[in-house]
Amino acid sequence: MPTKSDPARLDVRKTYKLYVGGAFPRSESGRSYVVNDARGKFLANASQASRKDGRDAVVAARKAFGGWSAKTAYNRGQVLYRIAEVMEGRHEQFSAEVAASEGLSISKARAAVDASIDRWVWYAGWADKLAQVVGSSNPVAGPYFDFSLPEATGVVAVLAPQDSSLLGLTSVIAPVIVSGNTAVVVTSFERPLPAVTLGEVMATSDVPGGVVNILTGSATEIGPWLAGHLDVNAIDLAGVEDHDEATAMEAAAAENLKRVRRPAVEDWTESPGLSRLTQYLELKTVWHPIGI
Amino acid sequence: MSRFEYAPAPESRAIVDIKSSYGLFINGVFTEATDGKPFKTISPASEEVLAEISEAGEADVDKAVKAARKAYDKVWGPMPGRDRAKYLYRIARLIQERSRELAVLESLDNGKPIRESRDVDLPLVAAHFFYYAGWADKLEYAGAGVNPQPLGVAAQIIPWNFPLMMLAWKIAPALAAGNTVVLKPAETTPLTALAFAEICQQADLPPGVVNIITGAGRTGQALVEHEGVDKVAFTGSTAVGRAIAKSVAGTDKKVTLELGGKAANIVFEDAPIDQTIEGIVNGIFFNQGHVCCAGSRLLVQESVYDEVLARLKRRMSSLRIGDPLDKNTDIGAINSAEQLARIRELSQIGEDEGSERWSPECELPTQGFWFPPTVFTGVSQAHRIAREEIFGPVLSVLTFRTPAEAVEKANNTPFGLSAGVWTDKGSRILWMANQLRAGVVWANTFNRFDPTSPFGGYKESGYGREGGRHGLEAYLAH
Repeated sequence: MPTKSDPARLDVRKTYKLYVGGAFPRSESGRSYVVNDARGKFLANASQASRKDGRDAVVAARKAFGGWSAKTAYNRGQVLYRIAEVMEGRHEQFSAEVAASEGLSISKARAAVDASIDRWVWYAGWADKLAQVVGSSNPVAGPYFDFSLPEATGVVAVLAPQDSSLLGLTSVIAPVIVSGNTAVVVTSFERPLPAVTLGEVMATSDVPGGVVNILTGSATEIGPWLAGHLDVNAIDLAGVEDHDEATAMEAAAAENLKRVRRPAVEDWTESPGLSRLTQYLELKTVWHPIGI
Repeated sequence: MSRFEYAPAPESRAIVDIKSSYGLFINGVFTEATDGKPFKTISPASEEVLAEISEAGEADVDKAVKAARKAYDKVWGPMPGRDRAKYLYRIARLIQERSRELAVLESLDNGKPIRESRDVDLPLVAAHFFYYAGWADKLEYAGAGVNPQPLGVAAQIIPWNFPLMMLAWKIAPALAAGNTVVLKPAETTPLTALAFAEICQQADLPPGVVNIITGAGRTGQALVEHEGVDKVAFTGSTAVGRAIAKSVAGTDKKVTLELGGKAANIVFEDAPIDQTIEGIVNGIFFNQGHVCCAGSRLLVQESVYDEVLARLKRRMSSLRIGDPLDKNTDIGAINSAEQLARIRELSQIGEDEGSERWSPECELPTQGFWFPPTVFTGVSQAHRIAREEIFGPVLSVLTFRTPAEAVEKANNTPFGLSAGVWTDKGSRILWMANQLRAGVVWANTFNRFDPTSPFGGYKESGYGREGGRHGLEAYLAH
């Protein structure tokens, strides 16, 4: 996406690609689509992910799950904080992309980028607190030590919000990965550019390849395949705007009893609360007799 | 078989008063069903008809949901938590007072040994009401946000394996959180739920707060699909859970599902052997194996396989099968002819697929539905008896060499409800507990339940937890 530069210099434009398994492939389908700014002016071509790209992303996410979920909470917190650091360094680029994508003034776009970075920082701090806040030690009536711990559920498919290209996107990815899940994300169709740049941030901020996989393209096209995929454990339907489509995906998700987050009107600027964090957690209760 | 024969020690059934027919419990009173066909509930141990039960049709379901809505809006929702707590404490006390009667009734209708209904089910039922009674006036401390609100009308469908206990798991947290409920017990075991309806009357619980409607799948479906329902809670088979998840798609209904399992019970060579054998027996033969978290896949480390199997068979030979009301009975009746047919079918498949079947010599009663405790050896992970939930007293034995192999085999299932680990090594217990993808891990014990302790599954064993403050969260908006 062109940014302001010396008029005498011909700018080098960016090729926007997918982010799968830590690499930046084009869609296996060879397709791309035109991304316009809010006024309808050409911005860039984005890769248009296919259902095969979706499947590849699930494979990458599953492969990454064991390692990512087994990292210490402290380490995951560090990695999430590192994402915020790297984003801060790319503030101008994100601001320009958000402004163009969402038709915001540059100052409003900057505010959205600020909020996105702050959100990563907020979630980063949750990594090593979740178990204390969500878990418990249970006073059972008997000679047993019994405690309950949260654990990541697995591979989460995230159909990102269509309108909020960066803050909304951040708000749906961070709570998924902070607890050890891995994510396959389908971006906003019309506003995909900040997401591609976020993929570049992921690649350079110690996030292991495959933990976050970003597909630019249509949730309507790829979503049903992710919803029906038997190796996906949960799905967030935030970006599905058509009620019937969301219903069909929820029904498909029932096949392997995925944890489903239904679409809802959300104000991404509000404090997120815990519900997105706990949505993608399992709770494990461990019992052991007490004796000598 | 034994030098020490037991004399029969039957619990008297004089304490229970079963009516010849029951209506539906709607809005605080027993009412006639308007459009369903009555059916009979029988004792699975003798096939004796116990009572005629009403089937709730769509109009009845509608009536029950409307009664629950009205009670929610007018009485139960606005009521201070302090008073909701007192009602729940009243119910808990009434259950304790009538627990012998309820235990006999449960064993009669379900077929489970009186020893279990008396010593396990009923104490836990009362404990659940006590536990959640105390939450009713403390919701803001439950960790579900700063201003937790009830969801509204909860539709609850429960299975036949622990009829009254499942009722308690469902109703106690729902009421504590301020919801009202319409509960449908299983068609083969409605009697204790109907007795519970009387307890609600004795407690002066406001009409409509608890509604009990009886019937089979059709009634349940009408309840789940009713537009006036805000929350669906289901315990039962994965197939029905899947259907429920589909049917609520696109609605605002909140759902929790407690579904099937195929738990691995993993025995390491350093396990305390006597406790382990008891744990294996308890894991699979408790409640005739009609337990979603039953330890139905025994994984034994190769080095102790021969010893574990020999001891297990010897212990199985001492299990007493028969009259559920006899206090000496270890294994009662299979709950229904249908369930017996399924157990027989899957066991036959086990043999056909090449596993070796063994049961101790035991004489089964001629009336009723019975299946001997059974163990299959030579089972591989591909065998259907190692993959599918049998829901009966049938154990499949597999072996492993290393902890990593045990984990891999244990997790090789679409289910993830429970698991057991038997070893003397503490660090290994914690490592195994970390690795196992299951909602409950019992180490050096099995089949323990407690109202303070969250219970529920990973993967296709469903979502949501029951018990503890997590069980409360399933009935709160936050």
